[in-house]
Amino acid sequence: MAEVDQKALLQFLLRMGDNTLVLGHRVSEWCGHSPILEEDIALANTALDLIGQTQLWLGYAAEVQGEGKSADDLAFLRDAWDFRNVLLTELPNGDFGQTMMRQFLFDAFQSVILARLLKSSDTTVSEIAAKAIKEVAYHVERSADTVVGLGDGTEESHSRMQAALDYLYPYVGEMFLSDDVDAAMAAAGVCPDPTTLREEYDALVSKVMANATLAIPANAYTHKGGRTGYMHTEHLGHLLTSMQWLQRAYPGCEW
Amino acid sequence: MAHPSVEQVWEWLETIPDPEIPVISLIDLGIIRDVAWEDNTCVVSVTPTYSGCPATSMINMDIETKLRDCGLTKIELRRKLSPAWTTDWLSEKGAAALEKYGIAPPQPAGGPQRCPHCQGTQLEKLSQFGSTPCKAQWRCQTCLEPFEYFKCI
Repeated sequence: MAEVDQKALLQFLLRMGDNTLVLGHRVSEWCGHSPILEEDIALANTALDLIGQTQLWLGYAAEVQGEGKSADDLAFLRDAWDFRNVLLTELPNGDFGQTMMRQFLFDAFQSVILARLLKSSDTTVSEIAAKAIKEVAYHVERSADTVVGLGDGTEESHSRMQAALDYLYPYVGEMFLSDDVDAAMAAAGVCPDPTTLREEYDALVSKVMANATLAIPANAYTHKGGRTGYMHTEHLGHLLTSMQWLQRAYPGCEW
Repeated sequence: MAHPSVEQVWEWLETIPDPEIPVISLIDLGIIRDVAWEDNTCVVSVTPTYSGCPATSMINMDIETKLRDCGLTKIELRRKLSPAWTTDWLSEKGAAALEKYGIAPPQPAGGPQRCPHCQGTQLEKLSQFGSTPCKAQWRCQTCLEPFEYFKCI
């Protein structure tokens, strides 16, 4: 482990933790607003799992950073340009169908990458993955079922799910981009290069979309800039003003 | 200074109820993984059920309070992530207590065996997610009562 570039490891951990943090917050926005009670509870549970996983990823990130910070410091005291989540996770909820489509596209990615991380050369990474993968198994089962149920549902639900897929699909490619950080992680055996995960992901997504009678857009255009921090969408800043409001208004506030 | 035996500490811990499901103890739930003395500090290793379980901090506080009440002064709680908690660690006594309380215990088949109210076996799943991350919502088609199922993880 002494060989691992700590700066690259930190970036990798921020990418993992910011994905779950930002999506967890997005999903929590549904609390009290879902179409039916069971879905409200399921979304809140999913958000809770994602925030729990965030505590593990960002907790380890703070440790690697070595500046005496905590997971909370990283979550609440950074601004948009320091976040490393993929753009997909920060996109607005839209309607319930769009939220569930986004959830499935992300859950599918999580299920693929976490399975590989079980064999990470970094023990803490593999332990976090072993914990998270059990929760993600329930997430992906539910989001896939919902995508199929709504996609292969009524004319109205089908057209909304197709619109959601058309809107979100250009954000999928960013999860499989690769840069110097990924190369360093792959070389150290911490995490495989994301490009090597695409085939398994595509197989899973294609199967679910076929069952959902939805067509995957042919256009391969990819929006990017989130995981490198180069450029987030305008949506992240708005999300952060809500999520970080308390610490911005009352710095250091605790209860 | 002589300190209480590890067995004694386990006995004390056995009396702490789970904050969400008070009919089972933390030991029944299988989340206390180890008790050991390191010099004069009693080290208790605890593993979370779900990573975001909000009861975790409450559980830690309950352990610390209990052990202080029993006269221990130096206590350290350690989060043990690996191996990850599994419902296989729920004790048989715990599973029986859950059912009596109205929560169907986890089954290897992935769904409840019978209705905890009327023992009916015609069951339907309402939602894979329930009032806490560890439970799903089911309904008995015989007595028509909804009930919670402690899901396998």
